[in-house]
Amino acid sequence: MKGLNIIVLAKQVPDTRNVGKDAMKANGTVNRSALPAIFNPEDLLALEQALRLKDQYPGSTVTVTTMGPIRAANILRDSIFRGADKGILITDKKFAGSDTLATSYVLSLALKKLAPFDIILCGRQAIDGDTAQVGPQVAEKLKIPQITYVEDILEVKNKQIIAKRRLTNGVETLQGNLPILLTVHGSAPTCRTQNARRLMKYKHACTPSEMNNEQEDYIKMHDQKHYLDLVEWNVDDLQAEETYLGLNGSPTKVNAVTNIVFTAKESTVLEPTDQAIDELMAELVEHHNVG
Amino acid sequence: MNNVFIYCETDHGKPAEVSLEIITKGRSLADQIGARVEVIVLGHGLKNIDQELFDYGADIVHIGDHKNLDPYLTLPHASIVAGIFEQEKPRIGLFGATSIGRDLAPRVSSQLKCGLTADCTELVIGDHFDKKQNKQHKDLLLQRRPAFGGNIIATIVTPDTLPQLATVREGVMRKEKYENIRKGKVVKINVDDYVKKEALAVKIIERHIEKKELNLKNSNIVVAGGYGVGSKENFRLLYDLAGILGGEVGASRAAVDAGFEVHDRQIGQTGMTVRPKLYIACGISGQIQHTAGMDKSAMVIAINKDPHAPINKLADYVITGDVAKVIPKMIKYYKEHTK
Repeated sequence: MKGLNIIVLAKQVPDTRNVGKDAMKANGTVNRSALPAIFNPEDLLALEQALRLKDQYPGSTVTVTTMGPIRAANILRDSIFRGADKGILITDKKFAGSDTLATSYVLSLALKKLAPFDIILCGRQAIDGDTAQVGPQVAEKLKIPQITYVEDILEVKNKQIIAKRRLTNGVETLQGNLPILLTVHGSAPTCRTQNARRLMKYKHACTPSEMNNEQEDYIKMHDQKHYLDLVEWNVDDLQAEETYLGLNGSPTKVNAVTNIVFTAKESTVLEPTDQAIDELMAELVEHHNVG
Repeated sequence: MNNVFIYCETDHGKPAEVSLEIITKGRSLADQIGARVEVIVLGHGLKNIDQELFDYGADIVHIGDHKNLDPYLTLPHASIVAGIFEQEKPRIGLFGATSIGRDLAPRVSSQLKCGLTADCTELVIGDHFDKKQNKQHKDLLLQRRPAFGGNIIATIVTPDTLPQLATVREGVMRKEKYENIRKGKVVKINVDDYVKKEALAVKIIERHIEKKELNLKNSNIVVAGGYGVGSKENFRLLYDLAGILGGEVGASRAAVDAGFEVHDRQIGQTGMTVRPKLYIACGISGQIQHTAGMDKSAMVIAINKDPHAPINKLADYVITGDVAKVIPKMIKYYKEHTK
């Protein structure tokens, strides 16, 4: 079998899992700047599945694609250090405010540029939104089948894939025709670590926008070593229609946002009276800690 | 046109609980906007499923019965739901936020190019003012959901596209039979009209469905008990509280060693680590062995007879009292004041 063309869709996200008391401002709102930007955990699991396929089917290539601000190139470098072949950053101010539908539109255009591909892998969901929508929406836009919540790929043969998926109450093994999109579940194996040799070789990899701020000798080095170039695409490169982008292209709008306020940093001590407990419960209900 | 459509999941040939919860909610939304409730149910060998759906408030039940529709696969179900939505032009479309609904709904929303809000915990009819367009939208579906890792509650609207689609969390809304039950209309779906050959690109080779497993690690609310709970019988109270709050029960090592609880539920250095939004520590003294597994919880309520228990240091609220007396009061308040 000739190698597979595998694309991984990844996202850089604020680490919402570590929103403890220290990541909350005094007024109880989330202090976003205190949250580190990380590789979305389930996307990292998707990368591992891609790298396993590459190990298993020689001649395969793994391309990691992300949409986001310029600093999202960090997760492309991270992917390359771990074994990916290529990184593509999709970035443009016009993408700002995109909901899942607008995001999947842009990603589907990028994927059409990367066609023909065999397998698209992405995490089930991103921890900053938890919607789990972008994967299936991309698959629909490309008119290809999907298998969600994959935790293991058993075989790729004769233009077909067999994968095991995790449901809330069980497991299913499915067979699907390529090309196909798979979303990877949190129960899949963790991603391999960065490879020291690759890290040395690719540590200066960057996108054209990142290069703009660099010194001349750095630019010269890139002229000689083209493997350090990360690809960057904007609205024009993708020939995207502006009506489908950003806030305008996003049918969902935010009507209101309520912070869940953590008021007590020091313990509030309550007597076990009916009134005290009623008041506590009322506060929990009101702040959506319960209910 | 303009009706409330609900995709109904099935469980052994009967409507799934989550779907009945959503039909109940959909019925009340429909009554507020003067719309009908239409339910789509897809499967194979479905018998007499319509009556139960009418009991919960459906006016029309669309039934698709075909061997390719059971068990659930994305493409056949998405083809039918999107196809019916294109013809019927609903105002609202609702799905369970389950393995199935979260796989299906985004596919449908992409095909129809309309907005979808995931994992809603509350749905109400209300107005929305769009500052950019300087326009007031009336009677929209206000879709509330936890966002940003559960640290905020966002209210989402989809003012410009129809249908307004949402998936709804399981167990959040209450199912209730409709007061004006009557026999509605059954519409038989001609499955072959919607499901073309390309929709059969994926097939199931093997399927293994387990009993509902313990989900302590991912639970947003944990009610944990220690040695101070006193007995296995008293642990029932913790289950009652966790049950109504939609949480799970955990235990300290001391409680497990005393035989009050099984090891699978042990939290701490030799058990599992949890970081829920709310941790209610009942009769737990708070040794490091235990706190190592829960100190990342966003909010901690400690209930303990000992006013100097170490757990109180990392608790946001301390209730100095007897677990067996305090928990029933919490349950009583919650039952009386919610839903």
